[in-house]
Amino acid sequence: MTILSLSKALNEGMRKAMEDDPKVLIMGEDVGKLGGVFRVTDGLQKDFGEDRVIDTPLAESGIIGTAIGLALRGYRPVCEIQFDGFVFPAADQIITQLAKMPMRSLGAIKLPVVVRIPCGGGIGAVEHHSESPEAYFTHTAGLRVVACSNPADAYTMIQQAIRSDDPVLFFEPKRRYWEKADVDTTATDWWPPLHAAKVVRPGADATLLAYGPMVKTCLEAATAAEDDGRSLEVIDLRSLNPLDEPVVMESARRTGRVVVVHEAPVNSGFGAELAARITEQCFYHLESPVLRAGGFSTPYPPSKLEEHYLPDLDRVLDAVDRAFGY
Amino acid sequence: MTMDASSGAGAPPELVQLLTPEGERVEHPDYDIDLTPEEIRSLYRDLVLVRRVDLEAVALQRQGELGIWASLLGQEAAQIGSGRALTDADMAFPTYREHGVAWCRDVDPVKLLGLFRGVNHGGWDPKEHNFHLYTIVIGSQTLHAVGYAMGIQRDDASAATIVYFGDGATSQGDVNESFIWASVFNAPIVFFCQNNQWAISEPLEKQTRIPLYRRASGFGFPGIRVDGNDVFACLAVTRKALEAARTGQGPTLIEAYTYRMGAHTTTDDPTRYRVASELEAWKLKDPIERVKAYLFRNEQADQAFFDAIDAEADQLGADLRRRCLAMPDPEPLDIFDHVYREPHPLIDRERAEFAAYLEGFEK
Repeated sequence: MTILSLSKALNEGMRKAMEDDPKVLIMGEDVGKLGGVFRVTDGLQKDFGEDRVIDTPLAESGIIGTAIGLALRGYRPVCEIQFDGFVFPAADQIITQLAKMPMRSLGAIKLPVVVRIPCGGGIGAVEHHSESPEAYFTHTAGLRVVACSNPADAYTMIQQAIRSDDPVLFFEPKRRYWEKADVDTTATDWWPPLHAAKVVRPGADATLLAYGPMVKTCLEAATAAEDDGRSLEVIDLRSLNPLDEPVVMESARRTGRVVVVHEAPVNSGFGAELAARITEQCFYHLESPVLRAGGFSTPYPPSKLEEHYLPDLDRVLDAVDRAFGY
Repeated sequence: MTMDASSGAGAPPELVQLLTPEGERVEHPDYDIDLTPEEIRSLYRDLVLVRRVDLEAVALQRQGELGIWASLLGQEAAQIGSGRALTDADMAFPTYREHGVAWCRDVDPVKLLGLFRGVNHGGWDPKEHNFHLYTIVIGSQTLHAVGYAMGIQRDDASAATIVYFGDGATSQGDVNESFIWASVFNAPIVFFCQNNQWAISEPLEKQTRIPLYRRASGFGFPGIRVDGNDVFACLAVTRKALEAARTGQGPTLIEAYTYRMGAHTTTDDPTRYRVASELEAWKLKDPIERVKAYLFRNEQADQAFFDAIDAEADQLGADLRRRCLAMPDPEPLDIFDHVYREPHPLIDRERAEFAAYLEGFEK
């Protein structure tokens, strides 16, 4: 066991992937000498060279577009989009090319491209540095969309994403980059599959569904709920596309109450998809509607207001209270 | 805004030309080429055959067998000249109009029709031909091509990439980003812009104030304008640019100055936005007629040769038609194929549910 921060776990995971496969490349803005603005790629250029850790011009469409070309030549590029709010210049290449080209080729082409996106708020940043754009991409067929929430998952999931022959959008909870935990970097037998959800806290009375930065918040809420005599189950979805439905549905049927928690705006957020699917598959088991705690239907506010915008322990418990009000 | 003729986008081209519209061979200090009579006859054959493929496809669309077709009429020399400059190891990234380049890369013409008939989005294996799939979004492929070229660099391979795009595409951000990437990384790539003067209804002056080839200098690599209706010049200029790319000299922008003689696609109506006299003027610069005139004048081909090529073209057209009509429609469940390479439970379930739904009608 090694104690690693989430950012260091990603770094170690990428290092391992680069050691295992010479075709793995890192691309992005400031990923080389600087090691990325969050230092996630720290030291990789020094050890693997400028041909494999590529500081790119400042153009996100260019990063993804050239990554596609490198993948066509047999490489496995891992692209860093510096901040969530900067992914949109690349949205065209991601949605119209990266997601669709394999199908366009009737399977002749594979595009093993990973797009890493630090996401979410909570770090007091300026506009465009705190967003949660995952639902734009879960809506796009051809992409896999995952989000890590802790160092151990960060270490395994980034390697699994790099090994995937499908394009993967990899969301990293930037406010958790500095949080540390034990990671076993010596064995692989403990690794869950990339798209497996995980029950991170078993419970009996209600289920909290979360991913990325909100998993920790939900765990804290579940601890607090014990004082009210409520046993909350917390599921870390880990993968949004595909969704590990059996784990979600089993829990929903068992507890009868589900609250989805994400930072992204509730309106048309991924919680809407979860609510619909749970309602379709667990209707007769539900004691209350599937409720959602998330960002408001507003742009992300200035940082002095983000503590009000972001779901926190109280907002999660408030939603749980409402679920028990039915 | 007014611009004098010397600075405008349509300024008299500083044009590399090796064969005049009248079929006279001219010398050029930097871009000459030695072609045997057999090679010239072979170029002529390619020009005629791809025009015939195109003509047949237009007819198939008119008869409802294709949903749409993007004609290459008028651009045969630009495509055959550049396409024939490629070696097997080179990689080409086309738009949706590069039927002539596809021909040079040995893509069976019937495979081009699938996209336009609506049976698939792209019907050939790019790796088999080193010819990527048609890209419909304007300019996107320029970045893919540069990335591929960066891969060639990393493989230490002796190969180059060529990417095709039109005058309209030069306004796209992706194309400009691809110029920057290619320049910064000194990528082995040739940017082949077919300036056919029209982006659907928008004339060149809606895209640029300067001749397109001059844009390259701002990005830090050479730009050259070639007579896009001169197959000799297109071959010579592209060959030299590819060789420069292969030998570590970085990118080149080639502007092939040509004309879209037909409509943008079969759904377009050019009479709404351009005058007939313009087409008549360009017909005098036809890319095929000048080669024919050259071959005749220099007694490198006789009437029997031209008749034989015409007969071959007719046979090719008839064969293409027959095989287009025989192209099987896709099956409903094909919708779910190739979305992902690795297992995806949602796709699998939707396929199974849709299959069950369809079976419900058969009972």
